[in-house]
Amino acid sequence: MWSGMKTRGGDGAAQAPASKMIEQRHSEMRTDARRKSDPSLDEARLRQQAIGVKLRQMFDQVVNEPVPDEFLDILKRADANKSGRD
Amino acid sequence: MEAQQHKDSAADPAREAAFKAELVALIPHLRAFARTLAGDPTSADDLAQDAMMKAWDARASYQMGTNMKAWTFMILRNQFYSEKRRSWRQTQLDQEAAERTLVAVDDPEAPVALDELRLGLSMLPAEQREALILVGAGGFAYEEAADICGCAVGTVKSRVSRARRALQGILEAGNYKRDGASASDAMRTILADAERLSALR
Repeated sequence: MWSGMKTRGGDGAAQAPASKMIEQRHSEMRTDARRKSDPSLDEARLRQQAIGVKLRQMFDQVVNEPVPDEFLDILKRADANKSGRD
Repeated sequence: MEAQQHKDSAADPAREAAFKAELVALIPHLRAFARTLAGDPTSADDLAQDAMMKAWDARASYQMGTNMKAWTFMILRNQFYSEKRRSWRQTQLDQEAAERTLVAVDDPEAPVALDELRLGLSMLPAEQREALILVGAGGFAYEEAADICGCAVGTVKSRVSRARRALQGILEAGNYKRDGASASDAMRTILADAERLSALR
């Protein structure tokens, strides 16, 4: 798993422009310091993890659908006719 | 549809076969990504097929051993947005369709919480939704997602983080457009489902 999954409560600025990112980093550091002692942040993290699980589940549901024959047919035709399609 | 001319002058059959096998393995992922962009499963599959063929036509320019998933996702995304530019009048319709069928699944018993999530996602700005899906569902690193979207890594990070916060807010406030279901119900269902799922792993 990649490590970027952690989400912080952050500063709550819904539309922070790029210039705000440094500020945001500071607030993330503060958040880190507070995390262990603040149960509401654990709660928020739990919720974000839950949303992450659902996101993957939603995506994987389509990944796990059988691939329609059409896809392979098209590719087979293209492969047989290597000069390309019209 | 126009195919770009690629000369297969010295096409190595083994390389072609390896490319094709890898591309075929990616079809399910292309379909899933297309489903998050296009309004309905049919146009999503059209989009995924177009992207697959563009990737096939451009196989000579692909460097084997690099990240083909990210490469094909970038092709698919470019294809989607260039089509969208051509048919800008459909934008309005697309939005409505997206709200109904974003990542629609042919499974009538799909958990309700996923519907809430889809509706919540459909309320996010497109670039936030896309970033969140690539990183949160597609399993891409921020750097890869930035390559796919053609933007800076920091931009992806901030889009993902804003998307997460907004989505959580929407789900908790029950701010999605759905009649009946109450706010906290959606979040509670998601939490319960997630708990159950992670227990299974």
